[in-house]
Amino acid sequence: MPSLDKTVAEPMIVFDGVEKRFGDNVVLSELSFTVAPGEHVCLIGPSGSGKTTILRLLMTLEKCDGGTISVAGQSLSHMTHNGRRVPADEKHVRDVRKRIGMVFQQFNLFPNMTVRGNLIEAPTRVLGMSKDEANARATELLDLVGLGDRIDSHPTQLSGGQQQRVAIARALAMRPDVLLLDEVTSALDPELVAGVLKLLRDIGSSTDITFLCVTHEMGFARDFSDRVMMFDGGRVIEDAAPEKLFTAPEHERTQAFLHAVVDR
Amino acid sequence: MDNLGTFLSVLSQGLPFTIIATVGGILLTIVLSFVAGLALLSSSKTVRVISRIYVEGLRGTSEVVQLFWIFFALPVLVGFQIVPIWAGILVLGLNHGAYGAEIVRGAVQSVPRAQVEGAIALNLTPGQRMRRVVLPQAVVEMMPPFNNLFIQLLKSTSLLSFVSINEITRQAQQVLVPRFNPQAFEIFLLLLVMYLILSLVITAIMRTLERVAAARVGRRPSARSRRQATGAGVA
Repeated sequence: MPSLDKTVAEPMIVFDGVEKRFGDNVVLSELSFTVAPGEHVCLIGPSGSGKTTILRLLMTLEKCDGGTISVAGQSLSHMTHNGRRVPADEKHVRDVRKRIGMVFQQFNLFPNMTVRGNLIEAPTRVLGMSKDEANARATELLDLVGLGDRIDSHPTQLSGGQQQRVAIARALAMRPDVLLLDEVTSALDPELVAGVLKLLRDIGSSTDITFLCVTHEMGFARDFSDRVMMFDGGRVIEDAAPEKLFTAPEHERTQAFLHAVVDR
Repeated sequence: MDNLGTFLSVLSQGLPFTIIATVGGILLTIVLSFVAGLALLSSSKTVRVISRIYVEGLRGTSEVVQLFWIFFALPVLVGFQIVPIWAGILVLGLNHGAYGAEIVRGAVQSVPRAQVEGAIALNLTPGQRMRRVVLPQAVVEMMPPFNNLFIQLLKSTSLLSFVSINEITRQAQQVLVPRFNPQAFEIFLLLLVMYLILSLVITAIMRTLERVAAARVGRRPSARSRRQATGAGVA
């Protein structure tokens, strides 16, 4: 359970009756949940259950077909203009998006830039940081992720695990309030997974960033999160603290899922 | 081949026109390719339609007739004659820019969607995403087809002989052949060799640029694009 002070604060993320369809395929239906500031929430469930879609909707990579999504009290799809609620313009979307960062399964580093370029591009161009300041921040973050000596490498010269560390540093460089992690270890060699997960645990415990993670790493979900949500068929079928969900799941579907992924 | 020296000197007098038309045509082609190619991807339907009309209109009509039109028909309409070499550059650029627009559009679309999403997640503006992330990667893909296009353009400069520009083909046909008729075989062979050398120069420059662009995105040119580049050179 989230601690008391987290529940009384205004939620960081609100999903209210969110609908998402791809053609005739209903991916999310009437989805509602909130995430408190600083809370770590993991989304688990079978592939195709809509977990990744939730992150993509928050990052404005997809538009929802109904309902509202808000971050820190601001709607992603609408804004107030002259006291009226109107569809959000690009400026409003960018304003809300400033609070959100995302780390992707396939890293999505820019191959046309060095590691340094990847880390300073958005801070200088979007946040208006000076080159010196952005460089200092890049060095600091690369030290944090253990790649201080690779600042002038090309992403293609790095291993998958190293690329994902750079991608995490790149997201942190924008000082997000919310960090979305989309199966960040799924594309990594098994021996590299532990290192990346340890890094995320360290970041989670040393910052007050709100985390929303889609993961198939049940061990990580269990000790990283304050709350775990089990998804199936576009609905939350169980939402509980990890100790509860992993040891005494209430729902039959959760039991079957955990049995299949944990007891291998 | 007693007259080789004469042939070379007369043909060389045409070289500046051929080279100016080629270089000018290539520069205009690059500008129009990017403007029209990006317009084909615009979110505004009006912009897309205008660009599509340009591409289909210029690509789907005869280059020679376009040249005649600018040279003989346009002066009647506007009341003055454009300097011939400028008219030539204009037609070469307009025509090849229409093909180039499709090259730019295709290359931009070949950049993985994940790259754009990475840029959105960092809150880059649509313009920054295109300039800083998509185009630098797309340019690598554009090099081999642009190499082909520029060689086509070089060879199209021979059409300018129809409108009295003294480039190398006109020098051969109007100056040399009437005077040395029995040696027409040698004259035209020499002309072909000159075009070949010029096209090899274009290929050499384009392959260098491709290597530079590929190195900037951290990879070597693909085997496929290397084959295409050399294939185009001897075509």
